[in-house]
Amino acid sequence: MAGLITMDDLSNEEIISILDDAERLLPVAKGDLYLPLLQGKILGNLFFEPSTRTRMSFETAMKRLGGDVVNLGDVKTSSVVKGETLFDTIQMVDGYTDIIAMRHPRQGAARYAQDAAQVPILNGGDGAGHHPTQTMLDLFTIRQSHGKLENLKVVLAGDLRYGRTVHSLSHALIRFGCEIVLASPDLLRMPKEIVEDLVAHGAKVTETTDLYGNLDSADVVYMTRIQKERFADEDEYVKVAGAYKLDASHLDGCKSEMIVMHPLPRVDEIHPSVDVTRHAKYFEQAFNGVVARMALLCRLLGVTVPEKVGGEA
Amino acid sequence: MSSETSMRRVTAIRNGTVIDHIPAGQALRVLKLLNITDQTAVPVSLVMNVPSKKMGAKDIVKVEDRELTQAELDRLALVASEASVAIIRAYSVAEKLHINLGEELNNVVRCTFSNCITQNSREPLPHRLVILSKDPLQLRCHYCGTPQNIDQLINNVL
Ligand SMILES: [Zn+2]
Repeated sequence: MAGLITMDDLSNEEIISILDDAERLLPVAKGDLYLPLLQGKILGNLFFEPSTRTRMSFETAMKRLGGDVVNLGDVKTSSVVKGETLFDTIQMVDGYTDIIAMRHPRQGAARYAQDAAQVPILNGGDGAGHHPTQTMLDLFTIRQSHGKLENLKVVLAGDLRYGRTVHSLSHALIRFGCEIVLASPDLLRMPKEIVEDLVAHGAKVTETTDLYGNLDSADVVYMTRIQKERFADEDEYVKVAGAYKLDASHLDGCKSEMIVMHPLPRVDEIHPSVDVTRHAKYFEQAFNGVVARMALLCRLLGVTVPEKVGGEA
Repeated sequence: MSSETSMRRVTAIRNGTVIDHIPAGQALRVLKLLNITDQTAVPVSLVMNVPSKKMGAKDIVKVEDRELTQAELDRLALVASEASVAIIRAYSVAEKLHINLGEELNNVVRCTFSNCITQNSREPLPHRLVILSKDPLQLRCHYCGTPQNIDQLINNVL
């Protein structure tokens, strides 16, 4: 069965239909309703590099739907460290489970695993490559706030060079006709190939170093963390990164429905004063990781989410 | 110089394969792509940089007593997609073959990206490069998606 390795594995219609499923599953994700759609199914969590958040959110998603989870365990003590190939690890887990969620430090690992496996693979990040479940939860959050994905103006800000989250997201957004503003320091600009690719697909893309001047017209402001290690020295970092920090005062002229997102964890690129504004959506976004992954687990396992979940039905 | 003359730079072979119209300077890479090494027992001859009406200059490789298969020849697309190939039997051309680039190169070269999953040589699945365009040749790794630099790729022949 096909897994989800990159967003290209999903058509726009499939994306929308999975987001619809996710929306209906919200009360289940919150624990207000128990809906054991995946009872008897086992998810294999294969995290070859640490990612507490993504791993926990897959685990929670599976358990909320009545399914079970087995974990690879600490990579340092597992067979991987003894030199087992990814192929062999997958052969074993493939036999134990119904679906596999994985993260791996090498790019292409998820596609490789899918070629080696019978069960579907959910790519939870491969090197600097793809992270489609993050993109799905981002799209879910945007649609939840704006009621649509089409024709929004989205500002992506901070480290656009190394952040795979913003690479996948920008590709997905232009499929829905969104306008993209890329606001980053020169050193951390979006890779040229990606910008060219976005433009080749007919997207309106603007590259700028100015974040604040683009806030007022934005529908979505997606912040990312700028890491100190990317800079030659501390002074340079402080000088540059300072221009990519949001506090509540920056949001005075914004559209009322504008949302601020962040893949978390944040350091100081979003000041806590933003948390209490109507614009802050990053904590909901983190929670949406569970519901988006619930919908994806059902889809890849071929389990239909009922048209009416709970309620008066 | 006529093509006849340039062909005669190397003795005619009785049985085997002649690969002509290799771009000048690529003959050694052709040998590499055909896994012809210092362990190869059959006679192999090559000429490099001979004048060619069609190409200005070209290389030629002759492998005696070995008829290369279509699959072997298809590997040459990487460096000599326009080469003409003749199977020789009893001193005459028995068959003409054309290099035929398919949908992908399977186990011919390794992806050039240093952090690709295929860099672990113990991983058993085939190296797969998907062909995006034949002219100019553009390839992308099936696994990691990285577009390949053709010049760099030549060093990664398996
Ligand atoms: Zn690769």
